[in-house]
Amino acid sequence: MIVTRTYRGAHALAGALLYVQHTAGVAIGEEVVIRAPGQAPRRGQVIDAGADVTVIQVLEDTLGLSPARVEIELTGATAQAVVGKELLGRALSGVGAPLDDLPPPVGAAVRPVWGAPMNPSRRVPPGDFIETGISAIDGLNTLVRGQKLPVFSGAGLPALELAAQIVEHARVAGGEPFAVVFAAIGITARETRLFVDRFRGSRALERTVLFLNETRDPTIEQLLVPRHALAEAEHLAFDCGMHVLVVMADVAHYCETLRQVAAARDEVPGRRGYPGYMYTDLASLFERAGVLAGRGGSVTQLPILTMPDDDITHPIPDLTGYITEGQIVLSRALHGQGVFPPIDVLPSLSRLMNAGIGAGKTAPEHRRWADQLYALYARGRDARLMASIVGEGGLSEPDRRARDFAVEFERALVAQGHTRRTIAETIAVGWKLLEALPRTDLERLDDETWARRPGAAP
Amino acid sequence: MSATVTRVTGTLAEARPLRDGALYDLVRVGERGLLGEIIRFTGDTATLQIYEDTTGLAVGAPVAVTGAPLTAALGPGLIGAILDGVGRPLARLADASGDFIAPGATAPTLDPARRWRFTPRVAVGDAVAPGDVLGEIIETPSVTHRVLVPAGVRGAIAAIADGELTVDDPVGRLVDGTPLPLAHRWPIRTPRPVARRLPADRPLVTGQRVFDFLFPIALGGTVAVPGGFGTGKTIVEHALAKYADADVVVFVGCGERGNEMAEVLEQFPRLIDPRTGRPIMERTVLVVNTSNMPVVAREASVYLGVTIAEYYRDMGLTVAVMVDSLSRWAEALRDIGARLQEMPGEEGYPTYMASRLGALYERAGRARAVGAPERTGAITLVCAVSPPGGDFSEPVTQASLRVAGGLWALDAQLARARQFPAVDWATSYSLYAEALLPWLAANAAPAWPSLRTRVVALLQRDAELREIASLLGAEEMQDGDRLVLAIASTTREHLLGQNAFDPNDATSSLAKTARMAALIVAAWDAAAAALEAGAELDALPLPAFRRAFADVRRAGPAELEARAVLADQAIAAITAVTAIGAGGAS
Repeated sequence: MIVTRTYRGAHALAGALLYVQHTAGVAIGEEVVIRAPGQAPRRGQVIDAGADVTVIQVLEDTLGLSPARVEIELTGATAQAVVGKELLGRALSGVGAPLDDLPPPVGAAVRPVWGAPMNPSRRVPPGDFIETGISAIDGLNTLVRGQKLPVFSGAGLPALELAAQIVEHARVAGGEPFAVVFAAIGITARETRLFVDRFRGSRALERTVLFLNETRDPTIEQLLVPRHALAEAEHLAFDCGMHVLVVMADVAHYCETLRQVAAARDEVPGRRGYPGYMYTDLASLFERAGVLAGRGGSVTQLPILTMPDDDITHPIPDLTGYITEGQIVLSRALHGQGVFPPIDVLPSLSRLMNAGIGAGKTAPEHRRWADQLYALYARGRDARLMASIVGEGGLSEPDRRARDFAVEFERALVAQGHTRRTIAETIAVGWKLLEALPRTDLERLDDETWARRPGAAP
Repeated sequence: MSATVTRVTGTLAEARPLRDGALYDLVRVGERGLLGEIIRFTGDTATLQIYEDTTGLAVGAPVAVTGAPLTAALGPGLIGAILDGVGRPLARLADASGDFIAPGATAPTLDPARRWRFTPRVAVGDAVAPGDVLGEIIETPSVTHRVLVPAGVRGAIAAIADGELTVDDPVGRLVDGTPLPLAHRWPIRTPRPVARRLPADRPLVTGQRVFDFLFPIALGGTVAVPGGFGTGKTIVEHALAKYADADVVVFVGCGERGNEMAEVLEQFPRLIDPRTGRPIMERTVLVVNTSNMPVVAREASVYLGVTIAEYYRDMGLTVAVMVDSLSRWAEALRDIGARLQEMPGEEGYPTYMASRLGALYERAGRARAVGAPERTGAITLVCAVSPPGGDFSEPVTQASLRVAGGLWALDAQLARARQFPAVDWATSYSLYAEALLPWLAANAAPAWPSLRTRVVALLQRDAELREIASLLGAEEMQDGDRLVLAIASTTREHLLGQNAFDPNDATSSLAKTARMAALIVAAWDAAAAALEAGAELDALPLPAFRRAFADVRRAGPAELEARAVLADQAIAAITAVTAIGAGGAS
């Protein structure tokens, strides 16, 4: 039973927080409409429900709001999202309002924005390969359905271009229904265009839902954008059986908003001023990725996160890394050399890679192939560093070869540009790099694997 | 006048008027009956922490006090179960409320319909006291469950069952009419009593060479496993849950990933315990509160896991408890403390975090159980810690180090070099190592203590030399030093490294560990002797030994000795170089 109640006048207003006295039966999380004479209605949400004082977080700018003259309507409902296949091809605001001059979607269902945790006993371990078309990901940091794999980027690095390329090129086995949900969290209009324009006119836009909160939009809405996006993704995946890739950019903006709200509430700040519950809050987003038993689809997440000052130990990438199943790390040095995508393979990791590769999925020898490439590249990078300290002469012959290998690896395997590579093409590029070395340098490859490589002499 | 909610903020609620009930008593809140507990009284107002999502909970909602604290249901059926932080069985919860967990959903921890074959071990007329064994149930083919006399119950048996029972049936009664239950409840924050605590005398064999050989943990010991993200904490915890030689394993997934728990649920029923030949799920209890499940239940999950472990310890079993991760438990404390507006300590953690953490570690140990016949059980506690930014100076790591008997420090640099388990042998330690060496010498290999000393010395010298090599280049170093680097490299990669995904390498018996350590030391000695006799390092067939040694590492039990013999031959070939060299000179 939904009962709306209206109150006149607020007791206090501080920043985005509105304090109202003596509200009966107010519920935590309840949606609120705030009306002021001569102004568009604002939306808010109850964050502290009390018999004496209730605190409402206003989701829009409170500039020009006078607490004595507001009219506060408690709607009796918690935040809901309209979801449905009908949203595919649409662009909506961070709270689900149309941005494309079309009428508001009717949708197939209404779901709570905050979602409920998946029952772990109903989860299926992710293990189905997603071919992104990017060698450094498919070959060495394989993405699987139901995984959450963030891109750790730095200011000015082309993380969105990489995400756009993945969205454009990603394929799941068997041509099963595939959709993309994009949540723009406080990114600039230029960045949105960059992402969206790639698909305009192509078929990709028809299978994409855009939830856009840009820099100029209300900041607090940033906390709701990803949740609206995930409610839609869960519907497409678990009610419609689609494989959904959720791209969220930028998680750093989300965290800053979280900090801003916490500070407004006089909460005890944690590391670098971020609230102590940021891990739990981020988990309530990232843990909404997964596969459920008996339901066809999957939710895969590709959050993009700009590391402040390229610092991977900053609380935002640090807490994210503890929740997600690996990370793709972009390198300023590679970007400076004109490498695209500038993925630094060494700190990158896909925790679920093993489940998604091997015979019948990618290639039978994929694991050892990847281990060998990684080991040689790591050795080559060490050798490069070493040479800069002790000089060329201090390097052993194998170290010198590894150093040269590292250069070739970056040039041939990582720097693929805007082309799409199949997994077979990626594996072939890798073998070619390895074949250029003496067999004795390939310590991670046993003779059997070596003999089984495609194109090996019988 | 009955109590109603007067305020809700996040996971906390206030209720008024509420005077009856005690601190930590459970409450049911609102129409959905959300589970919570009383954590503070102020006048007639009680502060409640709610174990479930509070969204939609309204001021004015009814509050019912149950009159008891949060308890664990203890009885047959725990093994193989997957429970959330407050003991709800997740599989049956899914049957009731679907794929997503709905607030207020309930299901009893122990399946009330399941029937168990009870075999009595006492007879009518026997006098029994608390902790005495009343009878046995084959809970799984791996675990024999002993039904004990509950605390505070004493007297002569008037009746005892022999047959199929449900957990709600009594197994008998005393002459004074007191029923003897098959299952009972125990408050999770109260340690179960023991007759006497015993010192550590033998290791918990983990199957991981770097632990068993360098940093062994005692049966009944505690160890903290800190490591930044991506250093393999979870893989270490999973490896221990799979291969440690404990009778029962309790795995507490505290605030971690849902997909990891799904992986455990998929793998454990298929993996075979080499000691019993049965699936390891038949000795495992899973307590799962993933990071997106309610934070208050996360705080409780660790206590639930330890209480279940104590229950099986009291039966005389060895129990290993893995907590992944204790940092998430501490963060839950911090979260709750902040909402109560308590004065924060270091990094915002409540000031009592360290003492609560210490009390938790103290629930581990080897002990003689209360009651007859005499039984000795043990709880070994292995806690992963997730230090922010990989910085071990943070409060949870430091509080753990004050109480844990061992430190397995996981290092991001080693993980990046794909050295797994990524244990930093320079900072890790085990306070049990000395005490366990006699047992290892007697049960694994007589040379174990001396081999360990040699390998530790090798790794220390290697660390010094690598620092020099990074400044000079290895090419500039003397043959003797380059030999140390070469042998240590093989040691690091193949003796201390293990591949969790290779079935032959994922676990290592003490015999295999000892054989491999002996091979490394023998190869080192042979090569050092060859250099002494004038041979050149580059002329020694060390690469062949390295390959042979890698094959030993990947050997299953059947091939182990044959491959070790091939490695022996590779060592003989090193010695032969000396002979030829010496022969040529004569």
